[in-house]
Amino acid sequence: MSDALKRTPLYEEHLALGARMVPFAGWEMPVQYSGIIEEHKSVRSSAGVFDVSHMAEFRVFGFGAFDFLQGLLTNDLHRIGELGQAQYTLMLDDEGHIIDDLIVYHTGDLEYLIIANAGNAETDFAWITSHAPADLEIVDESERTALIALQGPKALNVAAELAGAGWETPARFTIAEASLDTVPTLVARTGYTGEDGVEILCGASDAPRLWRAILSFPEVNPAGLGARDTLRLEMGYPLYGNDMDRSIDPISAGLGWVVPKHKTGFIGSEAVAKVREAGPESKLVGLTVAGAIPRPGMSVLHEGEVVGKVASGTFSPTLETGIATAYVPAALSAPGTRFEVEIRKKTVAAVVVKPPFVSTTSLSA
Amino acid sequence: MAHPSDRVYSKEHEWVMVDGDVATIGISDFAQDQLGEVVYVDLPSEGDSLASGDSFGEIESVKSVSELFAPVSGEIVEVNSALDDAPEIVNSDPHGAGWMIKIRVNDASELDGLLSAEDYDAFITEG
Repeated sequence: MSDALKRTPLYEEHLALGARMVPFAGWEMPVQYSGIIEEHKSVRSSAGVFDVSHMAEFRVFGFGAFDFLQGLLTNDLHRIGELGQAQYTLMLDDEGHIIDDLIVYHTGDLEYLIIANAGNAETDFAWITSHAPADLEIVDESERTALIALQGPKALNVAAELAGAGWETPARFTIAEASLDTVPTLVARTGYTGEDGVEILCGASDAPRLWRAILSFPEVNPAGLGARDTLRLEMGYPLYGNDMDRSIDPISAGLGWVVPKHKTGFIGSEAVAKVREAGPESKLVGLTVAGAIPRPGMSVLHEGEVVGKVASGTFSPTLETGIATAYVPAALSAPGTRFEVEIRKKTVAAVVVKPPFVSTTSLSA
Repeated sequence: MAHPSDRVYSKEHEWVMVDGDVATIGISDFAQDQLGEVVYVDLPSEGDSLASGDSFGEIESVKSVSELFAPVSGEIVEVNSALDDAPEIVNSDPHGAGWMIKIRVNDASELDGLLSAEDYDAFITEG
C-alpha cells in the first residue's frame, strides 16, 4: 500500500471549516471540527453532516446477481426483493470469520450496490470478483462516488427542504433517487448514529456543492469521525477492526440476527452453523465503566483474573460515563455481570449491559 | 497562539506560575487544544511529595489520555478539586480556573530550566 493518504472530494471543505485531519484507513479524514462532544450532542439534538466518502461502493449487475450475492453474503437477499430495499449483511470466509460488514442496496433490476468499509475495500473487491461468475458486471464505483451522511432529529426536514416539491421521505432501510439542491443523488434512509436521517450518494464532483447546501441550514453542523465513533458506540453498533475481524464469527460478535437460521449454502455457512450448534466460547457484551474511559485492547478482569479484552471503548457524551464492548467468556455474558477493566495502573468497575447504551434517540422514538 | 508571559512553561506543556515559594501548575492553552474536550482529570492528594519529572496525574479527552509531569519538586499544598465535577474548565480557562495543583517549591533554581512564553511559543511552532 502506498504511504500517500487518499483525500475525499470534500478535503478542501474540511480544511476551510478548520477540521483536525487524521489518517484513517489510508485516508486523510476530519476527526473533529468544533469538538467531539459538541458535535455528538448536535447530532443527538439537531443534525450533523459527515463526510464518509472514504467508504467503498461496489455495483453488481447481471442476471446472476441475486444468486451470486445470496451465496456470498450471510443475510437473506429475499428480504430485499423489492427495488430500493436495503439490508445490513456480512461477508464471511470459508472458516466463517468476518471479512467485512456491509450494507447491500437493491438499486435496480438485476442490480445491487454494496457499501463497504474503507479499510477493507481492496480485500473485499478482490474477494468478490474472485468468487463471481464471469458474466456478472462488478464495478468499483468508489473513486467517482461521494457519500455524505446527514443524521439527527432534524435531518429529514433538511433533506426534504433540499429536495423541494415531489419529495417523498424514503422508508427506513430503503434507497431512492432524488435531486437535492439540483444535485442528482441516491438517498438512503440508513445511518450509523442511532438518529434518524439519510446517507446520500452523489458524484464526486458534485459533492462540495451538496455539502455546502446542507451546511447552509443553521440546524446542521459538520461532524467528524470522532463523533461518529461515540454516536455508534452509544448504540452498540459494531465497528469492523474493533468488534469483528478475520478471527471472529458472527455468533460470537452478536450478529446472529444477520445470519438467518433458515439460510444455507453461502460461504462460511457450515462453520457458522457449527458455532451456533455448540454455542460460542466468548461473546461480545456491552460494558458501562464509571469514572474512566475504557480503550480498545485493555484487559477485562473477573474476580482478579484476566478473562477478556475491550473491543471498542469511549466516553459516552450522553451518559457522561465510559462505555465499551468487550469479548468475555460466554458463561459470563449475562447483563449485570460485574467485571473490572484494567485502565493503565488501576482497575475500574464495569458491569454488563445490553446495548444500546442510549435508548432515547430519534430512531427509538 | 501566544501564551501569557507572566509564567514559565515545560516541554510537557505545563505552565508554572510562582508566588513566593508556591508554584501553581496547569496545562497550556496549546495542550488543551491538542487534547480536545477534557472529560477526566485525575489528580494526586494534598501532602504528596513530587520530584521534578514525576507523573502526578492524568488528563483524558474523548480521543486521548496524557500523563501530567511535575515541572518542579515539592510538596502539594492544594489540588483543584473543581476539576472533578467540571473538567471542561481546563478547556475554557486553561491558564486561570483550570489550574491543577499548587506545590511548595523545594528548589527555586529548578525553574531556570523552564521556558519563557516566547520560547514556549517557538517550541510548539517547531512542532
